[in-house]
Parts: sequence; C-alpha cells; structure tokens
Amino acid sequence: MSDAPITPRGGPAQAFEVEDPLAVAARRRVRNYKRTVRAGQIGTFIVIVAGWQLLTHFKILDPFFAGSPWGIVLRLADWAVHGTAYGSLWLQIWVTMEEALLGFAAGVISGVVMGVLLGEIPLLADILGPYIKMVNALPRIVLGSIFVIWLGLGLPSKVMLAAVLVFFVVFFNAFQGVRSVDRNLVANARILGASRLQVVWHVVVPSATTWIIASLHVALGFSIIGAIVGEFLGAQKGLGLVIATAQNNFDTNGVFGAMLIIGLIAVSAEGLMSIAERRLLAWRPPAASETSQAGL
Amino acid sequence: MSVSTEDGIELTGVTKRFVTPTGSTMTAIRDVNLRVGAGRFCAVVGPTGCGKSTTLTLTAGLERASAGQVRVFGKPVDGITPNAGFVFQTDALMPWKSVLDNVALGPKFRGMATRDALAEARRWLGVVGLAGFEDHYPHQLSGGMRKRVSLAAALINKPRLLLMDEPFSALDVQTRAIMTNELLRLWEQTRPSVLFVTHDLEEAISMADLVVVMTAGPATVKAVYEIDLPRPRGAVQDIRFTPRFLELYRQIWESLREEVERTYALSAAATAQRAAS
Ligand SMILES: Nc1ncnc2c1ncn2[C@@H]1O[C@H](COP(=O)(O)OP(=O)(O)OP(=O)(O)O)[C@@H](O)[C@H]1O
Ligand SMILES: [Mg+2]
Repeated sequence: MSDAPITPRGGPAQAFEVEDPLAVAARRRVRNYKRTVRAGQIGTFIVIVAGWQLLTHFKILDPFFAGSPWGIVLRLADWAVHGTAYGSLWLQIWVTMEEALLGFAAGVISGVVMGVLLGEIPLLADILGPYIKMVNALPRIVLGSIFVIWLGLGLPSKVMLAAVLVFFVVFFNAFQGVRSVDRNLVANARILGASRLQVVWHVVVPSATTWIIASLHVALGFSIIGAIVGEFLGAQKGLGLVIATAQNNFDTNGVFGAMLIIGLIAVSAEGLMSIAERRLLAWRPPAASETSQAGL
Repeated sequence: MSVSTEDGIELTGVTKRFVTPTGSTMTAIRDVNLRVGAGRFCAVVGPTGCGKSTTLTLTAGLERASAGQVRVFGKPVDGITPNAGFVFQTDALMPWKSVLDNVALGPKFRGMATRDALAEARRWLGVVGLAGFEDHYPHQLSGGMRKRVSLAAALINKPRLLLMDEPFSALDVQTRAIMTNELLRLWEQTRPSVLFVTHDLEEAISMADLVVVMTAGPATVKAVYEIDLPRPRGAVQDIRFTPRFLELYRQIWESLREEVERTYALSAAATAQRAAS
C-alpha cells in the first residue's frame, strides 16, 4: 500500500483505468459541454463582428464614429506594413510592453517587500499606515503628470507610474496575507528551532503567497494601464501615444486597432500568469469549483 | 513521588489570563502547581476547555504566565523553551511543503545540512509508518496520517521535553494502539520528559508515570496519581486488563467524572442564563 500513489483527487489511480460506463458517460458529458461553450464563444464573436460590419456598411451606424471591423483590419495592416507615425508598429508594442513589464516587476517586488516588512513589524505599520492610506486615496493617475515632469518623456516616467499602480495592489495583499498567517504554524516553526528570519522565509512568505498571487492578475492589468496612461500624458513612442494620435485625428479605426493589440497582449500575459500560478500553488488542494473558475 | 525534579518541568502557582475580544479578561488556568521529574511521562486529563492546551503552551514558552513561574530543565522559561518538541492539537504542518520537507524542517532550522536532514526525515517517516508518502502534500493525507507526520516532525529533533496535545485523537483504534506502543518504545530509548494531554483515561494510565487530573475551568491541579505499573509496559492493550490498572482506572475516573460533570453543569447553566436574558 505504501507505494500506491494517491492522486490529488484522493482515489487510487488504477480505479480510473477500468472502462467504467459511468465514467465514460461523464467524460463525454464534460466534452460535449466544453464543445458547446467553445461554439457559443465563436458564435458570439461572429454575431458581434458581422453585426458591426453590416450596421456600418449600410450606414445605420456612422462608420466615421463607430469604425468598422474591416476598417480596423485595414488600419492594422497599414501600420504593420508602413509603420505608424512614430516608427514601426512592433517598436510601439515593444516600448509599451517594456514599460509595463518593468513597472510590473518593480511594483511587485517593492509591494511584496513592503507588505512583508510592515506585516511583520506592527510598529512600522502603525507609523506608516496613515501615509500609505493617504497616497493610496489619491487618484494615482495624476501622479503620472508629476512623473513626466520629473523623469521626462522617456521610459522611466511610464515605468514609475505602472510601478506605483502595481505597488498598492500587491502591497495591500501581501500585508493582509502576512497578517493572516496561521499562528499555529508560526508557533510550530519556532518550537522546531526557526529563527525570526526562518519563520518569515518558511512560513510567512509562503502562506502570504496565495494572497500575493491573487493580486497579480489585477496588478498585471494595472501595469498595462500605467504604461498606456503614461504615454497618453506625454511620450515619444508607444501604443498609448498611437491611440492619442488616432484620437486627435478622429481615426476611430486606429483607436480600436490599438485597443485590440493591447487586449491581445493583456490576454496572453494573463495566460502566462495562470500557468505560473498553477506552478507556484501546486500544493493546494484542487478548488471545489474548478469548472466554474476555469470559465472566468 | 520522585524527588529529582531538578531537570524536569516545574510549574509554581501559574495563572494565565487572556484578554477576550470584548476587552474583559478570562482566566484559563489558576494557581497550577505541577512537578514532573526529568525523564518522566506525565499524562494530563481534564474536562474540555479547562486549560490543558494552555498549560502546554506556557511550558513551551509560546505564551507568558500572568502569574507564577514556569521552569524547565531548572531554568525559568523565557522565550521559546529550547530542546522541546510539540505535537499540536490542531494541524500544524506547512501545507505548501511535502511531507518529507515538513519532517526535515526541525533539523534544518537547527543547522543540519539539507541532505542529512532529508535522510533523517526519511528514516523518521519510516518509523511512523509513512514510507512511500514522502512527496505527498499534507492535504493528500488522511487526518491520522497527518498526525503521524506531526509526530515524526516533533520527534526528529530528539527533544528533551516532549509536549503532546491529544496526538492520537484523530487515529482509529488499531493505529492508535500501534502508535502508542511505538511512542512508548521511542520514549524508553531517549527518555525525554513528557506532558501528554488526552481525553482517553485508559491511554493516560497505560502510558504514563503520572496522571494529572485538572479541575473544571479555570483549571488547577486537582490530583496527581502515581502510576506504579511496571516498565517496560509492553503492549498497552494487554496491560488494560491487569487488576492494578483497573483499580487505578476506577480511582482516577471517579475524580475526573466529578469535574466533567461540573463543566457540563456550568455550561448548561450558562446556556440557560443566556436563553433567559
Ligand atoms: N488565545 C486565547 N485567547 C482567549 N482565550 C483563550 C485563548 N486560548 C485559550 N483560551 C481559553 O482558555 C480556556 C482553556 O483553553 P484550552 O485550549 O487550554 O482548553 P483545553 O483544556 O485544551 O480544552 P480541550 O480539551 O477542548 O482541548 C478556554 O476557555 C479558552 O476559551
Ligand atoms: Mg486543548
């Protein structure tokens, strides 16, 4: 019995290898359900895009204001072939991604470090608490203006804005995670001989990780927002600048096209994040509502 | 009673009060006096909620006494008691570490090289009958298996003081018997001082040198019974039918029953009062 593997679901693995008609039926039901969902998603896409195209084609919607799917495709193709006003499209994408990623990294690292520090040292938390709340209550976008003044039109001001947006999300989660560590686990580690640092490293940080990771999804979105808004406020390159220019030219298709690119970037980043999350939280029991979570 | 209390556990007039969330204080234990000599096995029984776990956390140095003094190995407890092992009443395994890593924590914290710590942990998992489960996470084990992991994690440090809070309560009868014998065998090898909290009086008598009965909460020591059954005890299942065991059992149960009934009466009265107001 000792080397019979226990699957994460708790049952012995062999039990599933026998072709149980019930299991087969259940699997078929799951497969059919997934197929229905996929078909529904594609259907929704077609209805929206086709509807949009038709409505603008027959001038029920003014294509000047509403743009049109085909117009967006043409605009994107034009950018891809001839480049934007500020250089090639790929350069704009890269600039924005670089800003967002650097901001994300800086915000996450500083947020986790500060969260753990303040969570572990209540005195520090009580001293700094009001100031952090105050800064957090500011509409942080206005900080972007200050950063542009301080750091100029280049990359640093965007990174800074993205980092600040990310920082607060991660910080509050890390702090909360540290505060809600199971005291029993800490007691156990201390009895086993752990030093204060070892308690932080082996108990506090891993148990706060669940909280921190939960914040990373939001933080990722915020880092992209930070980069784009930063570019809006003043930049020489980047997708935000492309959108701002398209806006000034009443180029609806251009705005939508850039939005589409940003959306695709965000979705792929989100996908990578989910993979990383599954790796980091492999120790967790499978969620009770796995199927419903997968959808969103 | 043994005179050499020098190196054991010594609680003198220990009182512990907690501040409740409403701001009032509640006394968990009051004026507890208890001496357990070095290398002795002391079982603690008492009604639920009376303060047994509190007594253990004070001895481990996880909490400070509000009054009185706790001494372990002749030194007043100040900070975490060194050389102690603690099996907690509730699960205290790190859910993000595999079973093997959990057991290896103690030696690692005490500066052993990771390789040696893992080898040692593997050996201890064998001792508690969990060879082959090294790579499982705690949530993949049954409650009883997790308890055994906790036991291995506590024993691996070869503590001189072993505090156990109902370590076998989650085990089925057979596993429990096996683990009881195993624990006694291990204890006889290294002879740490033991405080062993249990609700099972048979278990208490069959394992211990001393059985301490605590009163209804706030608890104090009601009586201490010297268990003069010969050692090594051998299979604890057999000893339960000897005349001396039955005699001791009757005696201690009489004392314990009063307290259990008092606790029950108190909580029933409190419930009635709350219902009335
Ligand atoms: N941290 C705490 N804060 C406030 N009250 C506490 C705290 N810990 C314990 N108590 C109270 O002290 C009393 C004794 O608790 P304790 O856990 O020691 O009981 P116990 O004898 O171990 O009970 P059981 O047999 O059910 O485990 C209880 O009434 C409990 O509510
Ligand atoms: Mg208890």
